[in-house]
Amino acid sequence: MDALITAVGLQKYFGSFHVLQDIDFEIAKGEVVCIIGPSGSGKSTFLRCINQLESIDAGYVTIGGEIVGYRRDGNKLYPLSQREIARQRQSVGMVFQRFHLFPHKTVLQNIIEGPMGVQKRPRADCVEEAKALLKRVGLAHKADAYPGELSGGQQQRVAIARALAMKPKAMLFDEPTSALDPELVGEVLGVMKELAASGTTMIVVTHELGFCREVADRVLFMDAGRIVDCGTPAEILENPRNPRVKNFISAVL
Amino acid sequence: MGDIERARSTAFVVVPPRKIWTKILGLVVIVLLLLLVRAFWVGDIAWKYVGDNIFAPSVLRGVVNAIIMTFCAMALGIVLGVMAAIMRMSDNPVLKNVSIGYVWLFRGTPALLQLLLWFNLALIFPTIGIPGLFSLKTVDVMTPFVAAFLGLGIQQGAYTAEVVRAGILSIDKGQAEAGLSIGMTPLRAMLRIILPQAMRVIVPPIGNETIGMVKLTSLASVIQFSELLRSVEDVYYVNSRVIELLIVAAIWYMVVVTVLSIGQIFIERHFSKGWGGHRPGQPAQRTLAEEAA
Repeated sequence: MDALITAVGLQKYFGSFHVLQDIDFEIAKGEVVCIIGPSGSGKSTFLRCINQLESIDAGYVTIGGEIVGYRRDGNKLYPLSQREIARQRQSVGMVFQRFHLFPHKTVLQNIIEGPMGVQKRPRADCVEEAKALLKRVGLAHKADAYPGELSGGQQQRVAIARALAMKPKAMLFDEPTSALDPELVGEVLGVMKELAASGTTMIVVTHELGFCREVADRVLFMDAGRIVDCGTPAEILENPRNPRVKNFISAVL
Repeated sequence: MGDIERARSTAFVVVPPRKIWTKILGLVVIVLLLLLVRAFWVGDIAWKYVGDNIFAPSVLRGVVNAIIMTFCAMALGIVLGVMAAIMRMSDNPVLKNVSIGYVWLFRGTPALLQLLLWFNLALIFPTIGIPGLFSLKTVDVMTPFVAAFLGLGIQQGAYTAEVVRAGILSIDKGQAEAGLSIGMTPLRAMLRIILPQAMRVIVPPIGNETIGMVKLTSLASVIQFSELLRSVEDVYYVNSRVIELLIVAAIWYMVVVTVLSIGQIFIERHFSKGWGGHRPGQPAQRTLAEEAA
């Protein structure tokens, strides 16, 4: 199994707080990994390290065999320029808890901003693809709306389309449904299930255990900056062997 | 209860409040205003001179120069202000402190004093240029226009820097991260995502300062820049109709400011795109794991 994204011995501190402790991780192409765990366990920070939104204090992350943030020459690592980091970031799409759509741009402009402005692809192609993506997330009729005119669930679906428009190798979801009203969660999870079914590589930080059970190939449990347990949804969610996981699952259910 | 039942057949009549004090106060203010108008009417103002001079070529030239100076100085101020604001937020300690020092220095001294300093620069630097490359006589370079442009523009930049910084700080950090996550460089995210949104916060105070600048250009009269105030001064030095000519200048300042105020409405409308109905919804409510079950 060829790993698409790996993390090796990842360490991360916020001041003196050791948020990520010796994280080793890998995900294969087409795999869906869900990360669960209590608040403050480092789940989101780990995701943000993959996308270089957080710096790494020790260890490294690779995407498609390339070390992120550095150029490797023999056993020497040279830090990349902002431009090269930006290029690396294009290989993973990110969906944020609070959507972060660009409020001054319409839905369509949000989606074509990356492919057209950053990847410099022709406008007509970008618009056509954006419309196809909007259809895929069920929002074809909202192309000209501003984000402020959409519900939370609709905004998050646009955010997913915006990330997909960059044709990333993998998608990162940082608690994509945590900021949504309960009745809107389903529509976003529905889109994510469709993505998973179509073979998208996904890392999903979530509290939606039902989604994990249904969609995940593997579930990771994180607590206090460590990966405590890892296995199939059945192993982690149905009959957890680790007492901390057991506590968490029973508290959540 | 019974009274109300019965009253329904006769119907109530609503008596409007008399608002007696509102009327008295209104009347007093109107009388005072009329007295003020009368004072100016009977005062020794030769309105003929106002009429004669309001479209005089030298006055019109002054108006045009004041407008040109306003736009040049504001343009310089905005360019410097945006640069200083971005430098201020940079990780580079040199850039950051240069920006802080710039704002400190040029906000800390009066605009009039700065104009005089620029205008008299020749006293300390007889020539300016790059040694070995070229050299110019400072008195030739530092014309009244250039001195006023630099003096007003550079001090304006110090104020604008703070306005721009406040605008940038008002934008959620997530916006920059969203930009980075679709492969933008930090500079591109700043120009495409952060600044356009910050403009909503930046434009009203900048509009305010542009209007302030119209009037601030009058300071340049002391360094012989022939803007509006200086033009009317030149006229009243000759005919001694001081108040009449100052009224001419006042009318023109009012006209320019009024036009700019109207322009500001359209600019603000442009930058509030996407905020038409309501602000982007970001539900505070967190769906916790209970819903997941």
